[in-house]
Amino acid sequence: MCLTMIDFRTHPERYRHWKLEVVGRVAYLNMAVDPNGGINPGYEMKLNSYDLGVDIELADAVLRLRFEYPQVGAVVIGSALDRVFCAGANIGMLATAPHALKVNFCKFTNETRNGIEDASANSGQHYLAAINGNAAGGGYELALATDHIMLIDDRRASVALPELPLLGVLPGTGGLTRLTDKRHVRRDRADIFCTFEEGLKGQKAVDWKLVDELAPAPSFAEAVADRARAFAEASDRPRDGTGVELTDLDRTIDGDTIRYSCLQVEIDRRPRTASLLLQGPQTAAPTDPEQAVTQGATYWPLALARELDDAILHLRLNELEIGTWLVRSKGDLDAVLTHDAFVARNLDHWLVREVALLWARVLRRLDVTSRTIIALIEPESCFGGNLADLTLAADRSYMLAGTWGGEGGSVAYLAFTDASRGLLPMSNGLTRLQTRFWGDDEGLEMAEAAIGETLNAEVAANAGVVTDAMDDLDWDDELRLMIEERASFSPDGLTGLEANLRFSGPETMETKIFGRLTAWQNWVFQRPNASGDAGALKRYGSGIRPEYDQRRV
Amino acid sequence: MSWQDIDYETLIPNNVGLAEDARLQRALEGWHPGYIDWWMSMGPEGFQMADVYLRTAISVEKEGWAKFGYVKMPQYRWGILLAPEVEDRVIPCGEHLGEPVWKEVPGEYRAMLRRLIVIQGDTEPASVEQQRHLGSIAPSLYDMRNLFQVNVEEGRHLWAMVYLLHRYFGRDGRDEADDLLRRQSGSEEQPRMLGAFNEETPDWLSFFMFTYFTDRDGKMQLEALAQSGFDPLSRTCRFMLAEEAHHMFVGYTGVKRIVEATARAMAETGIEDPYDVEAVRKLGVIDLPTIQRKTNLHYSLTLDLFGSEESTNAAGSFNAGIKGRYHEDRIDDDHQLRGDTYPVTKLVDGELQAVAVPALNGLNARLRDDFIEDCLGGIRRWNREIASHGIDFEITLPHVAFNRAIGEFGPIEVTPDGKVITADEFAASAAEWLPTPDDKALIDALMEPEVEPGRFASWIAPPSRGINNQPTEFEYVLLP
Repeated sequence: MCLTMIDFRTHPERYRHWKLEVVGRVAYLNMAVDPNGGINPGYEMKLNSYDLGVDIELADAVLRLRFEYPQVGAVVIGSALDRVFCAGANIGMLATAPHALKVNFCKFTNETRNGIEDASANSGQHYLAAINGNAAGGGYELALATDHIMLIDDRRASVALPELPLLGVLPGTGGLTRLTDKRHVRRDRADIFCTFEEGLKGQKAVDWKLVDELAPAPSFAEAVADRARAFAEASDRPRDGTGVELTDLDRTIDGDTIRYSCLQVEIDRRPRTASLLLQGPQTAAPTDPEQAVTQGATYWPLALARELDDAILHLRLNELEIGTWLVRSKGDLDAVLTHDAFVARNLDHWLVREVALLWARVLRRLDVTSRTIIALIEPESCFGGNLADLTLAADRSYMLAGTWGGEGGSVAYLAFTDASRGLLPMSNGLTRLQTRFWGDDEGLEMAEAAIGETLNAEVAANAGVVTDAMDDLDWDDELRLMIEERASFSPDGLTGLEANLRFSGPETMETKIFGRLTAWQNWVFQRPNASGDAGALKRYGSGIRPEYDQRRV
Repeated sequence: MSWQDIDYETLIPNNVGLAEDARLQRALEGWHPGYIDWWMSMGPEGFQMADVYLRTAISVEKEGWAKFGYVKMPQYRWGILLAPEVEDRVIPCGEHLGEPVWKEVPGEYRAMLRRLIVIQGDTEPASVEQQRHLGSIAPSLYDMRNLFQVNVEEGRHLWAMVYLLHRYFGRDGRDEADDLLRRQSGSEEQPRMLGAFNEETPDWLSFFMFTYFTDRDGKMQLEALAQSGFDPLSRTCRFMLAEEAHHMFVGYTGVKRIVEATARAMAETGIEDPYDVEAVRKLGVIDLPTIQRKTNLHYSLTLDLFGSEESTNAAGSFNAGIKGRYHEDRIDDDHQLRGDTYPVTKLVDGELQAVAVPALNGLNARLRDDFIEDCLGGIRRWNREIASHGIDFEITLPHVAFNRAIGEFGPIEVTPDGKVITADEFAASAAEWLPTPDDKALIDALMEPEVEPGRFASWIAPPSRGINNQPTEFEYVLLP
């Protein structure tokens, strides 16, 4: 469906749309979108409007800043264009993109914004937005992802969410929810703001809490730099120290096999499955955080997290029909647990903290992925620590009871550690065990009692941490039947089912955004009022008014 | 009271029945002191107490709409004047074609209309600000008076836009009206909205070029807005156009008198080569190549004001019926343009060529083309003036892609005759095409004031006749 295969791997040297500059403890990430640099042909990205390609670079930069620049305590998102901040998602792209691309684009975009918020909240890298001109739609949404929004006070620059009046769609990639839940803009004012296509400027934007601060034009850059330095001073990141270079991911795609250094993906197109085989560590865990720094991008948990993240994104965007992912692992469980213990002991080190935070984000990316995820825990698998939490991220998990062939040989083990007690929170703010046993305190207690133990299939099944334990006589057939059955269901129905069941418990801003993104936003996008031939998205730019079906649904 | 009568009894002269609209009157009277403050601080510098022979609008009828007399500028009767209502007027274009015009703002087009009015409104005070230092270097009392006439009328045009904002756009409109006084031309902090209105007008040649080219953009925009289906805007603009004609006249005759002085001086001293700049400059006149370079500059800056060649906003406002084309009511087509195309010059594979774009999206380019056509008449007459003195030189308009910052040609460099070149090549020849520091020094040196009635600076010829049938030696400004 996508016109070209989308590659999420990039590097600052290859950026077409962003300029990254680090001055002392402050990084400047300035947007300068190449109008002709669209990821697909057929649209021109004027006024810093963006598409997925622009966001891929942003996500890359946000990640690199965390790993490659330990000293950076504040990041300013700005624009390199004169008097233009960012006009939001490119309308030509939205009007022509297939629905799946739009959905995945919005999801990825919001994940990047969550990553920015995660950096501000947990990583000591505080984000600021320096709005030097008009910030509209996704442009303002991007600013909303930062901690502190500065607006140039020249009586021209404004912030706006004009999606509804102009395009008949929603500022749904977090815009609406961040207004009310993050910036605490009153709902009636938010209503006015979102129907007022020109947006607000100056003092009124401050009074309505849409921005935090105004600065006059001649001293804007200076005011931003001063504020950013103050944020950086408050950071707990080291003042110096060597970063870890995120070297290019080593990935080869060979037909239906995708190979990374510690992950291999096999696609089987008939039952429409992908098998993700995670490899355990080949080298011993470091004993000292500086060793991890020295190992750099090859440090096993970091390498695997990056590779898994890339594989998730690649499969999501480029393999739309591969509806079921089978997650497997292979390796030495003890070695995994040694790595896990090292992380647990050294969370006060910046790199170790970053690795833990990255794992949490990768698992959250999996949580919001619209694929059936099935974890298979087999002999020689190594689901321990954070990898054990991966089995809880699955919609179902199956564990082999006994050995292959019934005689001798090794059995399957599963080992939860303290990582499952809060190091890897879901978007709803809970651990995966708390979510799994939401409202069932006894069940949760039993499951948490198993943390720190090495569980065989029977024990794991009894503790309720796997779906089922099956012996080798049933294994192949049961799996085959389940996969075939899954493949026969409506993909849309499955997406809705899984997304509903994965997030029990309370809502947070993050769950609300994803939920509403995949429900309201995509519903509106799909409706003829937006994407029909006479709909607002199609008519935008032609000068001709859209025709709406006036019935409220 | 009918619309024909102007009510001079109130603080704000008007033909919109202000006395009967207490709310609006209160709003405008609230804005008035800020306006006077703005005029005193940003209006013509040094001449606020002078008595200036100005015309003041007293009627909106075609015949005898103005009276002339001495006025101190701060006491000028800025008023709110709308052209007479046309009976049974219908929306002239777009999807509401043929429906009765709107007397109130249609809710769905409120934002679009407000934006158009704010942008138009922002240019009016901007030019007053740009020209505020020119009084003290005026080449004659006649020209000084024309400058001030243009200034007070730009001030009145601001009033016209502010009236629309106050009357039809509620609190947002009042906020925008306040901002019109707060932005300042050339300010780093709060500049005017459009680029050309933040450029300096440092001398009188610039002023005449500005009134010839840039005010002509204003005229084209007013012509397009005069076609609006929102009748109060249409009527406002129609009356503004009557005043705008004088601004065109000032620019056209100003440049014409400059080339006349140059050509005459050359003929009298027997200099035939217009490029013998050194000799020409010694005569106390402005050499023709410098005038060509100033033409190139002001023309290209003004073309930027028309916006992007292909424009969503232009398409939207036309289709909505709130902004028409130049002389929409005289065009013979369906006035809806769906499915039509318009040729727009674009860069295709490194070459400039006409490309057919949807006519709705090409409306900015079309208005710009009408503007170019409108510019040519005066230039032909300038050239006739030069030729009448036996001098072989023609002022020409550069290619539409030359020296542009906005739209299709923003990122490229093009010679005045339309050849695409590199940025380095452009830089190498820029001194040939655009005003140089040397040109500026020459012009600045000539900017000596001349305040003797009937006398004119060496570089500009006297006009063929005075204002309101007064002689040229009439004392158009009584200096305090």
